[in-house]
Parts: sequence; C-alpha cells; structure tokens
Amino acid sequence: MSTNESSVDQPEDSTDEPVADTAEDGDARTSGAALPPRGTPIIEVTGIGKSYGQVIALHDVTTSVRAGEVTCVLGDNGAGKSTFIKILAGAHEHTEGTFVVDGISRNMNSPRAALALGIATVYQDLAVVPLMPVWRNFFLGSEITKGFGPIRRLDISGMKRIAKSELAAMGIDLRDVDQPIGTLSGGERQCVAIARAVYFGARALILDEPTAALGVRQSGIVLKYIAKARDRGLGVVFITHNPHHAYPVGDRFMLLRRGRSMGDFAKSEITLDELVRMMSGGAELEALTHELQQDEPDSALTKSLHDEVETS
Amino acid sequence: MSTTTAAAAETDADERMAPTSRMTKVLRRPEVGSAIAALIVFVFFTVYTSEFLSDQGVGTWLNSSSRIGIVAVAVALLMIGGEFDLSTGTMVGTSGLMVGVLTTHFGLNIFVAVAVALLAALAIGALNGLLVMKTGLPSFIVTLGTFFALQGVNVALTKAIIGQVAIQGMKLVPAYDSIQPIFGGSFTLLGASVDVSVLWFLAVIAAATWLLLRTRQGNWIFSVGGAQQSSRQVGVPVLATKVRLFMTTAAAGWLVGMITLFKSSTVNGATGVGDEFIFIICAVVGGCLLTGGFGSAIGAALGAMIYGMTQQGIVYANWDSDWLKAFLGVMLLGAVLVNNWVRKRAEVAR
Repeated sequence: MSTNESSVDQPEDSTDEPVADTAEDGDARTSGAALPPRGTPIIEVTGIGKSYGQVIALHDVTTSVRAGEVTCVLGDNGAGKSTFIKILAGAHEHTEGTFVVDGISRNMNSPRAALALGIATVYQDLAVVPLMPVWRNFFLGSEITKGFGPIRRLDISGMKRIAKSELAAMGIDLRDVDQPIGTLSGGERQCVAIARAVYFGARALILDEPTAALGVRQSGIVLKYIAKARDRGLGVVFITHNPHHAYPVGDRFMLLRRGRSMGDFAKSEITLDELVRMMSGGAELEALTHELQQDEPDSALTKSLHDEVETS
Repeated sequence: MSTTTAAAAETDADERMAPTSRMTKVLRRPEVGSAIAALIVFVFFTVYTSEFLSDQGVGTWLNSSSRIGIVAVAVALLMIGGEFDLSTGTMVGTSGLMVGVLTTHFGLNIFVAVAVALLAALAIGALNGLLVMKTGLPSFIVTLGTFFALQGVNVALTKAIIGQVAIQGMKLVPAYDSIQPIFGGSFTLLGASVDVSVLWFLAVIAAATWLLLRTRQGNWIFSVGGAQQSSRQVGVPVLATKVRLFMTTAAAGWLVGMITLFKSSTVNGATGVGDEFIFIICAVVGGCLLTGGFGSAIGAALGAMIYGMTQQGIVYANWDSDWLKAFLGVMLLGAVLVNNWVRKRAEVAR
C-alpha cells in the first residue's frame, strides 16, 4: 500500500522520463539493443528469504535469471510464490540472503527501484483498463506528447504506430489498436502487457501466473509470447503451478514448497515427469487418486490424476 | 507442441477479427444516443410549436442550456474519472452569494471578490477530492455531505450577515458595469438574443473535449475511472487526477454562479439547489457510465441541450411544466439502459 501511495504522489515529471527516452530511440527499439549477451546472469538470488515478524514466508531460496532464458518458479498455493515475486519486484525487501542484480548486491525497497534496474513485473490483473483502446493502454502513464505549453498534446499517430509494431514484434497482429483492450482475449491482453513491459525497457520480466486463468489454447498463446520474449534476449521469470506449462518453455526450474526451495534445476537435470512428481508430492497424489476413485471412479479429474500417477 | 497451437491460434485470431463497419464505429461513440435524442426533441418542438424555432425561442433555450451545460460538462469529466459530485448545484449559489455579500456588505472590490469566490470554490473542490481519496469513502456520500453543509451555510450565514437570504443592490457596487458583460452580458446573433454564457459553454465544451482526447491528463481521467488500481500500477498520479477533477466541477459551479449573479444581478440562498441532479442526468444521458471510464464532453453538452430545449419547449407547447421532470426521469432510465448495453459490448471479449 505504501508503495502505491508513493507512485500516486510522485510528480508528473518522473513519468516524463520514459517518454524522453522513447523520443530518442523512436521505434528503432527492437530486440536486445540494450540487452546483455544470452546467458549472462541478470538476477542471482542466493539463500534469499523473508520473514514477517515471526512468520517465515520464504527461506533459503537460490536461483538465477539469465538473459535469453526462462526461469520457472513452480509451487502450489501458499508455497511462497507471491513472496518470491514481491522480493524480485521490489515490493518487499528480503530479510536474508543476497539479491544480486548485474553482479552488484542490492536491497530494493520499491517497485520503482526494480523498474529502474530493468526488472518489470506483469501481475495477474495485467494493469490494463478494459474500456480504453489498446494503444492508450500500451502507453498509459508514459504517454508520448508533442508540442509545448497549451498545445502540448498526445502524439496519437506515433503511439498507435509504435503500439502496432511492438505488438507485431511479439507476434500479435492486431488489425485495429483502437479497439478497447477488454475486447481482446485473455492471452492477447497478457501479450499486450508483456509487450508494454518490453518496450519500456524491461530486461528481466516477471510473469505472475500468466496462464492461471486461461484455457488450453489461450495458455498456448501466452507460452508462445514467453518464448518470444526469451528470444528477444530478455530474462523471464515464469511463475506457475502447472509443470506442463513450465516445462516446454523453461530453461531452469525452481520449486517452492511451504516457503522453502525444493531445488533449482537446469532443464538437463530434470524431466517433466520428475517435475510433476516433485510438484505434486508423488505419494500424496497417489493417495488422492485412490480416494477419488472410490467416490467418482469415472470423473475426468480422477482420470487425469490417474494418468499423471501412471506416467510418473 | 506449443508451436502448432500457437500457429493455429494466430490464424484464428485473424478470423475472429470481424471487419468493423464505419456505421458500427459511429454507433460505439458515447454521444450517439444523446445526439439522436436531441435531434428528436428539436424536430418535435419545432413542428409542434410555432415559437420554438423563432429568433427569440432559440435564444431562450440556448441560454438556459448553456447555464446547465457548463457544469454538466465538468460533471461528465468527473464521472468519466469514476466519481460523483452532488455539491455542484449549491456551489453555484455559494459562489454567487459570496461575491454578493463581500461586495454589497463588506465593500470589497468586485474583481477581488470574484477571485476570492473562485479560490474558495477550488478549495472546497480540493477538499471534496482529498476527503474521497484519503478516506476511501464513496464520493456520493462525501459530496452529499458537502451539498447539505453548503446548502445550510448559504442560507444561514447569509441571513446572519446581511439579515436576508437574497442579495440586493448588486448594481450599485462600484465597477459592476465593467465586469457584468464578461459573465452576464448578451449580444444579438441573427436576430436572437444570445447570452455570453453560450460562449462560455462553447469554450468549456472545446476545452473539455481537447483535454479528454488529446492530452495526458485526459488519458489519466479515463484510466482512473476505468481501473484505478491498474492506473496506479503503471504510474498514473491517481490522487492528483481525481482532486483536479473535483476542483474542475467546483470551478464550473463558480462560473455558473457568476453568470447567474451578473445576469440577474441577484442570487439567493436557494440558487442552484436541486440542479446537481440535472447535471448528473445530462452527463448520463450524454453517454457517461455511472461506473466511470467512459463518456464524452460533447455528449454531456447534448444532454444539457435536451434539457434546455425540453424545458422551453414545454412552455411553448402550453403544457404543465411539471412534465419536464417526468420526461427527465424517463430519459435517464433510457440512457442508463443504452449505456449499460454499450458497456457490455465494449468490455466482453468478442
């Protein structure tokens, strides 16, 4: 809440910065202009943790986010994913361990500080205004203007053009960036939020459960955009509870359970089946399947659980 | 696996994009409904009565529309920003009374008094805004409080100071004649007597439309009304935007207060009371959503025109003037139903 207040009270001028920036770069801002070479660590956390008074929300978590790679953070509800995101996003300061960005140890206490380092977070609600056109949403809070004094006005054609080309670069081709963003599908809206973060200088992109509320096809679309962001050289942190979504795009997997890390693996060190098993805690899942089978032997849930146990 | 789904989805996305015709685009504008309604009202009274389209008739309903419209446009901006202001009507009385009392009773220079009234209005607007934002209470409740407080103060304080509830002797105030034409003057246009307030009205519409559609402030007004939390997350100064909007409606109330004072050379404790609902009705008829994030200044102006035309048309038609309120009520309900439908179409994924 306190962080929200600070962003409300900040003078208008501070939002001018990205505008001045983009005015120089124009729409020549394409993949990897300011990005480090692929594989360079952007964020490295070692033994990081967070306690709120007596409650230890997160303890001893170690992983890294590298340029051009996707780090997946997996965990069930209450595993500590939110706390981990908040630390990365600068919303909460960590209370143990080290948080290194670009080789320098940092203590970040505001989302603004994280943004300044190129760490952008796309939250589940996407921070979009449904009734506003796509292009206005894209530039909201960092609008490009032209002219001075009383005739200082929005550079509408410029913003529309940039929004369209940036979205195209992410592989989403909108006929009309003038339509309200609420008319886009969930996956497309996610993509606009990602494209916006990329355009405004993100090097590390934190995605908070981007596929959680989506159907199978929409999830597929979002996974494609995650891959696209990775290919543009960004370091992506993909938070999810679904190992089937994480495995195809992930390069590194960090599993959380009850606020603790269950390990940090490169893709070569772990298979999808192992991942699923670790996520669900194999024995527990088997017991659950058994229990459900007695009540509803033919339900779809039972079948899929059964399949998962069989394959793992 | 992901590539095939993605490729399929991409071709799908194109199929789903039904080409929008020019007609559909026009129909999606917030002010369309009020434009059609205004046209119907205009044609009806033109045909039904002989005085409506006469030089004098046009002047009368233009003047009355303008006094309502100035505040209605400001209220529309505020409603797009997601808030209500019920204190606008009494603000008209408050600022008029303030100038009247300061000049006739205390002998303050009239220009200074007008400026003081503006500052007071802006301060009350800012107070409204800060109370709403800092307490998190609905603006409906906060401004209902201001509405009643001002209504009481208007009568009680005026009575306590000058011993009566109406301002008298305005015309005897020094320099009255030099400021009167700015707010209360009138001129002849094509045979019709038109008040200066119509020019103010046009200026307010133009400024509000420019602000809404062509400036960053305007973008922020739409966004704070449409999704406040999201606006915060992307760095829109929510508090400042909303406080400015409350100050704008208060300033519009001040302007109409000055117009009323200098047009009729008097105001009284009841001036403006009850008009706050008319302003809101005009804004809603003009396409503003009660939930914020959608609407237009031109729509609210058209809403005010509908009000002004109906008010005078009913007089010319020799109907009981109480029908006006019944008409307004039905218009409001119709407008809300149409707006609701528009919003659903705009928000739901196609």
